[in-house]
Amino acid sequence: MPQIFHSSANTIAKASIFGVVFLVGAIAWVAGSVQRSPYVTGQGEVRDQPVPFSHEHHVRGLGIDCRYCHTSVESSSFAGLPPTQTCMTCHSQIWTNAQILEPVRQSFATGKPLRWNRVHNLPNFVYFNHSIHIAKGVGCATCHGQVDRMPLMWQHASLQMNWCLQCHRDPEKFLRPRSEVFNMNWQPPTPEHPDVAHGNATSQLELGKYLVKEYGVRKDQITNCSVCHR
Amino acid sequence: MAGEQKIRRTADMLPPVVAPQYTVGSVSDKISEIVLTKKTPRPWYFGVALTMVISLMLFNAIGYLLLKGVGIWGVDVPVAWGFAIVNFVWWIGIGHAGTLISAILLLLKQEWRTSINRFAEAMTLFAVACAGMFPLLHLGRPWVFYWLFPYPDTMGLWPQWRSPLVWDVFAVSTYATVSLLFWYVGLIPDLATLRDKAQNGIAKVVYGIMSLGWRGSAIHWHRYEIAYLLLGGLATPLVVSVHSIVGMDFAGGIVPGWHSTIFPPYFVAGAIFSGFAMVATLTIPLRKWYGLEGIITIRHLDNMGKIMLATGLIVAYGYAMEVFIGYYSDNTYEWFMTTNRMFGPYAWAYWMLIFCNIITPITLWSRKVRTTPIVLFVISIIINIGMWMERYVIVITSLHRDFLPSSWGMYAGTQWDWMTYLGTLGFFALCLILFIRVLPMISMFEMRQLVSQYREDAGTSAQVALQED
Repeated sequence: MPQIFHSSANTIAKASIFGVVFLVGAIAWVAGSVQRSPYVTGQGEVRDQPVPFSHEHHVRGLGIDCRYCHTSVESSSFAGLPPTQTCMTCHSQIWTNAQILEPVRQSFATGKPLRWNRVHNLPNFVYFNHSIHIAKGVGCATCHGQVDRMPLMWQHASLQMNWCLQCHRDPEKFLRPRSEVFNMNWQPPTPEHPDVAHGNATSQLELGKYLVKEYGVRKDQITNCSVCHR
Repeated sequence: MAGEQKIRRTADMLPPVVAPQYTVGSVSDKISEIVLTKKTPRPWYFGVALTMVISLMLFNAIGYLLLKGVGIWGVDVPVAWGFAIVNFVWWIGIGHAGTLISAILLLLKQEWRTSINRFAEAMTLFAVACAGMFPLLHLGRPWVFYWLFPYPDTMGLWPQWRSPLVWDVFAVSTYATVSLLFWYVGLIPDLATLRDKAQNGIAKVVYGIMSLGWRGSAIHWHRYEIAYLLLGGLATPLVVSVHSIVGMDFAGGIVPGWHSTIFPPYFVAGAIFSGFAMVATLTIPLRKWYGLEGIITIRHLDNMGKIMLATGLIVAYGYAMEVFIGYYSDNTYEWFMTTNRMFGPYAWAYWMLIFCNIITPITLWSRKVRTTPIVLFVISIIINIGMWMERYVIVITSLHRDFLPSSWGMYAGTQWDWMTYLGTLGFFALCLILFIRVLPMISMFEMRQLVSQYREDAGTSAQVALQED
């Protein structure tokens, strides 16, 4: 009776055992990496806007406070986008003929708001509120990055749930004093520069622990599903 | 001495495990020819066509469910667990006979298991496949079922270990894996036999790959026996653990009628009860159609009848205890649940289950009943129905009236519930029909062992068998 298989079949059989394990592992690894990549999350991606608004110029260069435009950030779930009138407080006087600002003038003339493209978009099944985060000492830059270094706006974080949870589980690693929330250049205290006003904290962790207590952050509650998924 | 003689005489009176005309060679030929024959029997095509149509109905029902959501089923508050859980428990229970036969009866050296273990293991696999569909479909968003596994996800979450759903995932996936391994390892020497006997070139290659280079050398057999025993040991706790966990899915809830410590053992007994009923339902017609009466003998039917009787009595004890504890607990809700089951709107289901699971199996005390195939077949079908009714009663009557009369309600399966349930029956049958055509439904090498043992026991020279081989 002739052999059905060539003797190389033995090697192929052995290799296939390793191959299957390797393949399954590789597929899982690739799937996991793609899911975390900016391709899926949009992290670091610059969105096109009707007017190339530069946060770097307005915040760092001119020193305009966040709340000058995002007026409702302290009192509402939505930080607020400025109406065209806010832009025109300055741009009715300066750069009045700049080509780049034509859509702004158009909007002002017709009363039709500018349609900005949303950069930070959370899914609809997530309830997010800006005001509570501001009130508990989460800095703007903690989630949005150093906006004053962004000529065009991009999404700083992945916005995936584990990113939310790393702060909800350990808020003390991220909190800062309320007075520093809008400060783009705030640095956590160090042994050389302790935070005298907040328990003489010499590190982020010490400061965070102090603030969690001070601001009444309920660590046992903020990881409940229904805090965000209502 | 007298006692010993008496035992021997009873043993001689038992019908044989394999008909005396079979030899080591002819038993392999008989079983392998069903697979290797070129002439597929006409009824086989008919069976495939019929079960495929029913399977299509299942896929249709699943497709519509994915489009519309679980709202197409009859589940609603207060009965939020309906057909899906009833069917899940029923199918998982059926699978247990296969594991019991392959693992526990192997370790206990019950040689009669040899004729039915392969078939029963296949039945287990297909039953688990059917069972697994229901909790998945009940998830609402089945496409994210993998959230139930602990893996490094982007949500930063682990599964909720307190949820019975997660227990099920681990119990059932372990069960399916071990059952598949056991079945496959048991197949390897037979696949090699098929490879050697096959005339068709493609069949040779396919069986050749599947037999993993089995040559039947002494060292192969030595390792094989060890591996098979180890797997048997691994599968043994699963007979008890899987359905215990299914029982605890219920016992973990505080609903009267579920919150009971008797559930795990009573569920295990019920599982084996229904599993053997299903094995009987399937083997009785099969042995007739394929002329296997000499391999699956009256002795097997008799033994299966005895196991059904024993486990049926344990189940009956379970029912009696539920009623007794309902009374003895002196708890308003427990007692209400008990009387509501017996005399409430679902009383018909309760009494049907009593008839199917207690009254009918009592007839199995009679040897005549156990050894008459057609009667045993009818009884096994009644038990299958009864065990489905049991889960229906447990799930629906407990939920439909619990603590607050203001939240009482009624439940009935919709046409989609029925299409899904009946569809899995068709899918199960389709898998079995395909299985018996492409793989040996009885373990050939174990039958050869059995036949040669019998030859020696009977005093006939083993050489006869060898020469014939």
